Amino acid sequence: MHEMSLAINIVELVSEKAQAAGARKVMAIELEVGRLSGLMVEALAFCFEAVARDTLAEGAELLIRELDGLGNCLTCGHAFALDSLLAQCPQCGGYAVETVQGRELKVLSLTIDE
Amino acid sequence: MCDSCGCSQPENSVTITRVGQARPGPGAAESHHHPPQGQGRLVEVREAVLGKNDGIAAHNRDFFRQRRVVALNLVSSPGSGKTTILERTIRELRGEIPMAVIEGDQQTMLDAERIEATGVPVVQVNTGAGCHLDADMVHQALHQLDLAANSLLFIENVGNLVCPAMFDLGEAAKVVIISVTEGEDKPLKYPAMFDAASLCLINKTDLLPHVDFDVARCREYALRVNHHLEFFEISARTGEGMPGWLDWLRSQI
Repeated sequence: MHEMSLAINIVELVSEKAQAAGARKVMAIELEVGRLSGLMVEALAFCFEAVARDTLAEGAELLIRELDGLGNCLTCGHAFALDSLLAQCPQCGGYAVETVQGRELKVLSLTIDE
Repeated sequence: MCDSCGCSQPENSVTITRVGQARPGPGAAESHHHPPQGQGRLVEVREAVLGKNDGIAAHNRDFFRQRRVVALNLVSSPGSGKTTILERTIRELRGEIPMAVIEGDQQTMLDAERIEATGVPVVQVNTGAGCHLDADMVHQALHQLDLAANSLLFIENVGNLVCPAMFDLGEAAKVVIISVTEGEDKPLKYPAMFDAASLCLINKTDLLPHVDFDVARCREYALRVNHHLEFFEISARTGEGMPGWLDWLRSQI
């Protein structure tokens, strides 16, 4: 359940940024979540609710921007969509695939009430 | 199904809204969410969720580099034999390479006591409810250790094949351990850990005659996930296969 640690990290980062911006309350948190990042959004929301209690982030809406996985085959150079870390190149069948996108986990922005 | 417990209508639950896909690269800012006018102010952040952890991990890594300490993060399911591997490794290399250990467990000092009996410095970190070590726990533990130059530091993570994969501790490499009493399909079921590791130890090979574990298939599955992965097949109990692993450790110093 690493979502608990991730929720704590999100709330700490968000609280710090919100305080610096003079927020009274955080209304929304926009997150970028790569599909290969290992984060379960529903599990994160469950943990976030508990962690955000009594902070500026309490009650904030989570806006999730999912980012598709993209891979590059190191054997034949083919670029293709990755839906897991186990993907096989659809062109040559190779497994030597470099993940070029999909591991991201970022706080993009906050919407604050001043 | 759940008419009575109310789980389908949680009270005060967090609202999750999936918005249009973020695009990577310089154009990404344009795809940002914009609050409706008069409803709050947008504050740009664009920072990694684990940025703080990664910053402390980088600090740990600098410290290791300056001291010429090779830190290895040992990860596996519970019961794969991490502590037994460490006990054997320390016995074999003692007097040749200085070593120290950080032990991560949710509870107890049991593993630290086993390591202490081998005579090397050890710090136990209890994570309580936590399912993995993070960079700050390792940083705190480093303040309690006097590490020798040109030494090995083994960080035994909490037994868990999922969560520790996400948290950089500042280590030189993650070493994933799988024992032959587990399923050979673990690399397919838990790919993130095998993807994050540089080396894989297949432990308890002395039990191979008694189990159905197919070593070649396990290696093939792990290589599908991570084509850079190197392997050693060992038995920490009998010592079989240990020389390859010990030579690998010597080559890291």
